[in-house]
Amino acid sequence: MEKFVPVQASILLTDVADLFVFLLRTIKETFSRNFEFREFLRQCFQIGYKSLPLVSITGIIEGLVLTIQSRPSLLKFGAVSMLPGMVAVSLIREMGPVITALICAGKIGSGMGAELGSMKVTEQIDAMEVSSTNPIRFLVVTRVLAATLMIPILIIYADALGMLGGWAGANIKGDVTLVLFFTQAFAHVGFDDLLPAVIKSFFFGGVIGLVGCYKGYSAGRGTESVGIAANSAVVLASLLVIIIDVIAVQITDMFT
Amino acid sequence: MNRAQTENKASPETKSGEAAVEINDLKKSFGTQEVLKNVSLRLLKGENLVVLGRSGMGKSVLAKCIVRLLNPDSGTIKVFGENVGELNRHGLSELRKKIGFLFQSGALYDSMTVRQNLEFPLRRIKKDLSKKEIDEKIMKVLEDVGLPDALNKMPSQLSGGMRKRISVARTIILDPMLMLYDEPTTGLDPATSDEISALIDDIQRKLKTSSLIITHDIECARATADRVIMLHDGEVHLEGKLEAFEKSADPLIVSFFKSSHGQSHK
Repeated sequence: MEKFVPVQASILLTDVADLFVFLLRTIKETFSRNFEFREFLRQCFQIGYKSLPLVSITGIIEGLVLTIQSRPSLLKFGAVSMLPGMVAVSLIREMGPVITALICAGKIGSGMGAELGSMKVTEQIDAMEVSSTNPIRFLVVTRVLAATLMIPILIIYADALGMLGGWAGANIKGDVTLVLFFTQAFAHVGFDDLLPAVIKSFFFGGVIGLVGCYKGYSAGRGTESVGIAANSAVVLASLLVIIIDVIAVQITDMFT
Repeated sequence: MNRAQTENKASPETKSGEAAVEINDLKKSFGTQEVLKNVSLRLLKGENLVVLGRSGMGKSVLAKCIVRLLNPDSGTIKVFGENVGELNRHGLSELRKKIGFLFQSGALYDSMTVRQNLEFPLRRIKKDLSKKEIDEKIMKVLEDVGLPDALNKMPSQLSGGMRKRISVARTIILDPMLMLYDEPTTGLDPATSDEISALIDDIQRKLKTSSLIITHDIECARATADRVIMLHDGEVHLEGKLEAFEKSADPLIVSFFKSSHGQSHK
């Protein structure tokens, strides 16, 4: 046991150091010439458009469940009129960004880990390098930037659908028009609710893209390593999303 | 093309005596395992040099060191007179433009069609080509490898032999001066292996490239080799013409040829 802990700790520290070096390489290549714009657009399509069905369903259900679960408690205090505002603030500040980011960590992070991992195993990354193409610039920079841009958009989209889901939930046992629901909701939401959520969404996107690419790019040589890369990408990206959220909440709290 | 036709090797006038690749005292280890121990060899311009050896003897590591996909522990590698180990990133990139590398797995980009696979290196390296010139070049290499109809197919729709041919097309589309083939016939049936060997020989004759062919397939060596080197236990065990290998009484060579013949006759 005494030996076990230091070994695990050293593996973790090595992993963190490697991830940091990978981040520096990615930043360096981001600002180099010959940006791969076509591949960036392709990745935006893959990450953004192809995640819409999953994010849509998740967003609607988030709002629906939140409303249905909260309504009885608010009813006890005679505060049902606060329901739209409570749903809006919960969704926009916390639930929308975190749940959507975790869903994206599962879908996009694992996809990147598996794709780059299999490219490594089948020597496609080596082939790229030999043909004088920088694989970090072509594969990693484009994916990380696309995730950084598209995941905040997906989060805002999920928030909007969550509000619709909330309105649907409010109408299961009550009767409220869409206009009234949204008027009441936005009466409780301010710019200081939206801005921190949007800012942390960019960090969520960046970390999901970075971890997915890092795990895939540093995969071993066997086919087993593709599965390991995909799995560990999801685990690490999800963990980092939660850690970033904790930090973001603390920072937001300092300014409010 | 059958095997008898492929025995027409590169014409001697293309082999100038000048080295395309010169390796001296190359060493490479992974952890405690020494994979290459003092390997020295010369590949002449216009020559087909076959590196024979059993699996795990460091043949692929040798090829990867030449293009610096792996960094050797010690020793020097000169390609067209340039010391690969001393090149900066730009210099290495420029040198790699002169080299075609056929990977064991083919390494076609799965997410791209055959056309996109062929376009990929062209668009990045020969930036001055027009779309029409790119299309013409793509069709020409596809015809050279005998697969003009595969243009819009995905790699997953191709057989193993077709994938290898497309990989060859992707490497020759840049008109390389040096070709490195890593196990070009591995995993293919004997007939397809013969076709690939014939293709390698054909490329050498048409493009006058220097080729380093890493294989454990005797039939491939027979169809392509001007000269043969046998790697064993990380060292050059024997060097010479293939005929000399076949006549050799060295127990290692005899055993290798016997087992390889056994495999090829299965």
